[in-house]
Amino acid sequence: MPIDIDIAHVARLARLDLTAEELESYKTQLDVILDHATQVQSLEGDPREESAHPLGLVNAFRQDERRPSLDRDEVLSQAPETKDGYFVVPPAMETQ
Amino acid sequence: MTWESVIGIEVHVELSTRSKMFCGCAVEFGAEPNTNTCPVCLGLPGALPVPNRKAIEWIMAIGLALNCEVSERSVFHRKNYFYADLPKGYQISQFDIPVCHDGYLDVTVDGETRRIGIERAHMEEDTGKSTHIGDGGRIHAAESTLLDFNRSGVPLVEVVSRPDIRSAAEARAYAQDLRAVVAELGASDARLEEGSIRFDANVSIRPEGAEGLGTKVEVKNMNSFRSLEKAVDYEIERQITVVEAGGELTQETRHWDEEAGVTHSMRVKEGSSDYRYFTEPDLAPMVMSASWVDEVRVGLPELPAERKARYSDEGLESDLAGVLSASPVEVRDIFDVAVAEGADHRRVANWLVGDVTAWLRRTETDPTKLPLGGKQLAELVEIVDEGVVSSSAAKMVLEGVLQGEGSPREVAKARDLVQISDVSAIEEIVAGVLADNPEAVKSYAAGEQKVVGFLVGQVMRASQGKADPKLVNELLRQKLSS
Repeated sequence: MPIDIDIAHVARLARLDLTAEELESYKTQLDVILDHATQVQSLEGDPREESAHPLGLVNAFRQDERRPSLDRDEVLSQAPETKDGYFVVPPAMETQ
Repeated sequence: MTWESVIGIEVHVELSTRSKMFCGCAVEFGAEPNTNTCPVCLGLPGALPVPNRKAIEWIMAIGLALNCEVSERSVFHRKNYFYADLPKGYQISQFDIPVCHDGYLDVTVDGETRRIGIERAHMEEDTGKSTHIGDGGRIHAAESTLLDFNRSGVPLVEVVSRPDIRSAAEARAYAQDLRAVVAELGASDARLEEGSIRFDANVSIRPEGAEGLGTKVEVKNMNSFRSLEKAVDYEIERQITVVEAGGELTQETRHWDEEAGVTHSMRVKEGSSDYRYFTEPDLAPMVMSASWVDEVRVGLPELPAERKARYSDEGLESDLAGVLSASPVEVRDIFDVAVAEGADHRRVANWLVGDVTAWLRRTETDPTKLPLGGKQLAELVEIVDEGVVSSSAAKMVLEGVLQGEGSPREVAKARDLVQISDVSAIEEIVAGVLADNPEAVKSYAAGEQKVVGFLVGQVMRASQGKADPKLVNELLRQKLSS
């Protein structure tokens, strides 16, 4: 069964500024992917179980031990703007 | 119309592990900004997370303490959204198979106990910390935002209640009790002021007796139990006002403004599907075997609710049991030892939650350095019972013991507080007081019984609190009636 996706909404969630042509083109491609997903869903079994990890690996933990962190100057050297050891970014208020 | 409020609480608990959830950076409150970071918690491309086993044990312990079931199998998901404090563009969290689910916490308000369901407790990572600067730090008027990623990747347990809470006071009680459980376990510092435990409230209203749920508003930014209660109260009233004026409520997140005592709209809430959850491909599923769960269960300490029940069984009234149960472990240990020495439960408890706690507060002494032992407290109760000191003098004896002057018997002697139980000695003081207060004696003769209290006080004062009050009372009445 075909699913009608709101491609503009999906693009907004991903903060992608797409043109009308791009939206149309991605919608067509996503429809193909969703169609495939629909086929996968029709399979028997719990998809959560089957798809959780390809290697069948479980409980790959580490002990609660500290390891050295990076040097702060090196970390901050990658940032466009810093102040007193902080990263500086534009006001982080979610815009609608 | 009468409205009923429907409240659910989400609690975020930062675990006090040594290292972060998915990397070896230190978990350390108050460190210099951005000094505990690495490619994993900065979200640098190609960095791979490895989960901290201790954090998984803590969430199991929290779940078990909240009467939850531990899932046999659990997986991590990516929760995708954009925010500057989330460098990867997704938070590693859990979606449909959390580590713990279906528990409860019994909460008592005004003597009524209600069971608040717990839907789930899941494992996730904390975000970085933002500081908004410019225009007094107000979030709406900020000019720029400072980011510190020391908190990024700190193990975070989210405990989600069912919408079973019906009042602001109940919301507060639930939050306080849950905090007490987490603190008891030692799973977290659980300090509200440092943000190591945080509470959000989902509030809606519906006509009393209705099924179904109204439009849900999430209220954030409460940093004390008092502000949680106030914010929930405010939000209930606001919603009733909107609906009764014929308005519509919006599903949104609102920010509690402590100073103004109101909530402000922050953003329209994204639906769960907007987070585009999918299983975290970088992490293997977790299997919580029965033996592992048992191992964690065996290690659980006595929890506040169990302890309160034990104290009640031992004969303490509910209030006293509750206060003692919430006291620091050092204080509770004194109780257990003193009671084992044979001292009366209630009297020991009253000393501890009364004078001892007041002394700790007044002298700003850390409970770990409390210079009092259970045997000493038992001895204090004993010398009051034996009539060696009066109950008022006993307070001064305690003071002396706390100042390191020796055992209660030694202090009583050294501070000259030993009670006068010698009849002739008291008779002498009584005679003196009566001679000094002829007015009172006349009033008594005229039928005013209550002057006896005044005269007892005078005798006690004349004896510097050392006379046995019972004997004083007896002798006074004898003299006055003769």
